[in-house]
Amino acid sequence: MSGSSAVSIRNISKSFGRGASAVRVLDDVSVEIGEREFFTLLGPSGCGKTTLLRLIAGFELADRGVIAIGGQDLTQTPPFRRPVNTVFQSYALFPHLTVEQNVGFALEEQGMARDKIRSRVGEALEMVRMHSFARRRPSELSGGQQQRVALARALAPRPQVLLLDEPLSALDLKLRKEMQIELKQLQAEAGITFLFVTHDQEEALTLSDRVAVMQGGHILQMGPPREIYEAPTHRFVADFIGDINLLEAEALPGDQLRIGQGVTLPMAHGKAGAVTLAIRPERARLTAPGAGTLDATLIHSAYLGTALLHKLELPGGGTFLLRQSEVAQTPLESGSRVGLALPADALRVLDQ
Amino acid sequence: MNIRRFPMTREVSLLVLAYLYVPVLVLVVYSFNANRTATIWSHASLDWYGRILTNPSIQAATVNSLILAFAAAIGATTFALLAALATSRAFPRRGAVEAVLNMPLILPEIVVAVATLMLFVALGVQLGLGAMILAHTAFCIPFAYLPIRARLEGMSRSYEEAAQDLYANRFRTFRRVTLPLLWPGILAGFTLAFVTSLDDFLTSFFLSGPGTTTLPVYIFSAIRAGITPEINAISTVMLVISVLLVSLSFFLSRLRR
Repeated sequence: MSGSSAVSIRNISKSFGRGASAVRVLDDVSVEIGEREFFTLLGPSGCGKTTLLRLIAGFELADRGVIAIGGQDLTQTPPFRRPVNTVFQSYALFPHLTVEQNVGFALEEQGMARDKIRSRVGEALEMVRMHSFARRRPSELSGGQQQRVALARALAPRPQVLLLDEPLSALDLKLRKEMQIELKQLQAEAGITFLFVTHDQEEALTLSDRVAVMQGGHILQMGPPREIYEAPTHRFVADFIGDINLLEAEALPGDQLRIGQGVTLPMAHGKAGAVTLAIRPERARLTAPGAGTLDATLIHSAYLGTALLHKLELPGGGTFLLRQSEVAQTPLESGSRVGLALPADALRVLDQ
Repeated sequence: MNIRRFPMTREVSLLVLAYLYVPVLVLVVYSFNANRTATIWSHASLDWYGRILTNPSIQAATVNSLILAFAAAIGATTFALLAALATSRAFPRRGAVEAVLNMPLILPEIVVAVATLMLFVALGVQLGLGAMILAHTAFCIPFAYLPIRARLEGMSRSYEEAAQDLYANRFRTFRRVTLPLLWPGILAGFTLAFVTSLDDFLTSFFLSGPGTTTLPVYIFSAIRAGITPEINAISTVMLVISVLLVSLSFFLSRLRR
């Protein structure tokens, strides 16, 4: 990615408030986002993701650090001189202007000729399939239609980077799924870098080329969705994305891990003392009692259609979720003893 | 508990309404009285309305009142708009600024009127329309300020951010987004300031010079010569105009965003 960074964020810190009541929202954050990448900032509310987006848009100024877009240092540049456009969570369509005037707003500000504006607005509306609504006011549109107009308005000036601040969160589930697909297609068509902010992990995994998981003003882990899901490095990341089993374990010398009750596993870990082991429910397997890594008791099984979700009780107390795709097997009775196999390649040793 | 279940709610309400509006009703009814003596009813007529239209003193007073109200409302609305914009976002000591702006609502008007008169005399400002416009502008500011601020308060910050995001600088953002969205609030504030100036008696009375009588001042001096149905007729016209303008202001400030 080096040399082709669309957005380069280096050592950015930002606090709100003054003196003792100051809250540090971003703490020494650095990210490089590549040309034409669909990059997502994922995290719970208050993690700093929206603030980072607002810093890139220019609505807030960083206390420290550098923001460069297309290789140009824009840290102190006001928003109206930055080659980025934003899709707001509330859409922020101008209520006193028509759809057409909203989409043409930036082009007019750029001093584009009238007929050129007209054709550019037409193209943008065509792209989001809203050209038949050009003369309407935003208040006459449904939420999904407003969303499309907001996208067209932000794309019309052909920004270097499109910033999207939880743009789908106001839509109902069905519409959100449709818009996810459209967003992905739009990005491919427009060939623009997308920087997307969301708290919805599924949305992040579906859409992104890369995801940065944020918490407490830090980026905990950054990588392709598959890596974030399958190889989380932090307990928070593992817990935040999808279902996961966390087991307390002790790292022993000689690449051994002890999981309570004297069960030890051979595993390269490079740590010492107490650690947390993580394993996804679909990566563990049921075996005959005694044949797995350890034995457990079945509390109950839930039928999910495409899979069975077993809830197990571990010998040391604590529960374990196991997702079994082979539904055809004979159902197990609650309370029966089962063996639990934990493949070494599915286990992750996490940072706290 | 349902307040309607209280005994006599209806009767008490009617009494209060009567207490509030019977005097006004009497005034309006007698404005249609043909008799010269305002308090003796003979038969209905529109004579007095015809009279006020042709009375040159009333015409002059009306013109003065309108000029004064327009000028004061424009001045007050301008100041109020600037103040509302300045104090709208994270402004330190905004409470203090608003207290100062809203002072005319609390201060006894007679005191301010006398003080203004003394100041103008001391400075050698000639009494008359100009002096009245200055004084009216000052006490109309809070009336213009409140609707504008309410509108601004209810306006999402993201509209202005969106405009800046779409390459409009601060001035262009104000012209293309902030001002159009504030417009109903500005009109509502202007209307309230206009009515407030139109209705004012005390300040105008102290500061009016020769030939610059306003309608309320005219009514006051005419009534000393005896109550005539003519007074009732002008008062009714003023009442109708005021109610219409205040309703307009209310309607404007409730306009959908």
